[in-house]
Amino acid sequence: MDTILTYFIVFITAIFVNNVVLSQILGICPFLGVSKKIDTALGMSGAVAFVLVLATLVTYLIQYYVLVPCGLEYLQTIAFILVIAALVQMVEIILKKVSPALYQALGVFLPLITTNCAVLGVAILVIQNDFSLVAGLWYALSTALGFGLALTIFAGIREQLAMVALPKGVQGMSIALIVAGLLAMAFMGFSGVDGGLKAAFGL
Amino acid sequence: MSNIKVLLNGIVKENPTFVLLLGMCPTLGTTSSAINGMSMGLATMAVLICSNVVISAIKNLIPDAVRIPSFIVVIASFVTALQMLMQAFVPDIYATLGLFIPLIVVNCIILGRAEAFASKNGVVASAFDGIGMGLGFTIALTILGAVRELLGSGRVFNFEVYPEDYGMLMFVLAPGAFIVLGYLLAIFNKVKE
Repeated sequence: MDTILTYFIVFITAIFVNNVVLSQILGICPFLGVSKKIDTALGMSGAVAFVLVLATLVTYLIQYYVLVPCGLEYLQTIAFILVIAALVQMVEIILKKVSPALYQALGVFLPLITTNCAVLGVAILVIQNDFSLVAGLWYALSTALGFGLALTIFAGIREQLAMVALPKGVQGMSIALIVAGLLAMAFMGFSGVDGGLKAAFGL
Repeated sequence: MSNIKVLLNGIVKENPTFVLLLGMCPTLGTTSSAINGMSMGLATMAVLICSNVVISAIKNLIPDAVRIPSFIVVIASFVTALQMLMQAFVPDIYATLGLFIPLIVVNCIILGRAEAFASKNGVVASAFDGIGMGLGFTIALTILGAVRELLGSGRVFNFEVYPEDYGMLMFVLAPGAFIVLGYLLAIFNKVKE
């Protein structure tokens, strides 16, 4: 029972309290780049969730079954980024063969994910925090959902923002960043929720 | 003469942060103070110069099809070296910047310059491009860090400007990063006109 509650707290913390984009500031490029329409934001969120979980699984196995036994921990950065790049390529090729419809939906976003620092960031964080494989995967999935939530809300706001008349100086990326700041402020309201839940569950 | 032009290009005309809007994660994530912003800028600049030089030197040996993966390996090697050097000589800064040091690998500026400049130009020009772009990035991060530190805790480079009690903590936290960069961009756009 305790384990389930702990997992629930990790889930809530990763989505709301320590949101990957709005609190940890990872994965800003896609957050600003593909947030002009809700549809594309949802597509990107799906692709990121898929790759993030898969990349965490593969990098975890590489770390504990290849790098650590061989004493090569210092090659972590190189190994992880190559694995992620190769993985994204592979997913692209497999999807193209197996499910052309899904490939059509995600296709444009897949190559972009290699340079999404949330993917490499989460892979490294899972190792740094000594998570078990299951906890790591659960953390990756929760983080990906948090990314999707932030991206979708932000896309919704930007769709409305496109219809507003703005002074010339703040048009474009400037107003997008200010709005993202306000959204981050709203998410700060969740801070402390994790501690409260822990106290409520008596953990 | 043209090398000077390449150098200035990176600082003003194609400033990576204010004009190209590349490398947003470290820009927003590490600029909670002027010192942190400057350290991140200098670390990125070191990797950028080394990777630009090496990539322009080996550009004729790399087959076109595996260009990008090769660039990433070169960049990741320098990041790993930098990570170890910083851990050994400046452990304080290493601990503050934390996760963002290995994440220099996925900084779009470095791969972007490798692809757009170093793979087409000579070694010397690429080195100057690395210095220019790196300086542009460092200056932008230092300004952003200084503004956030000033508004958030009343200090700039740890010198007290006004009592800390009047500081707005929000500017040191994540929301402040977005808002300050948003307004700095607006000012930059206005001045450029």
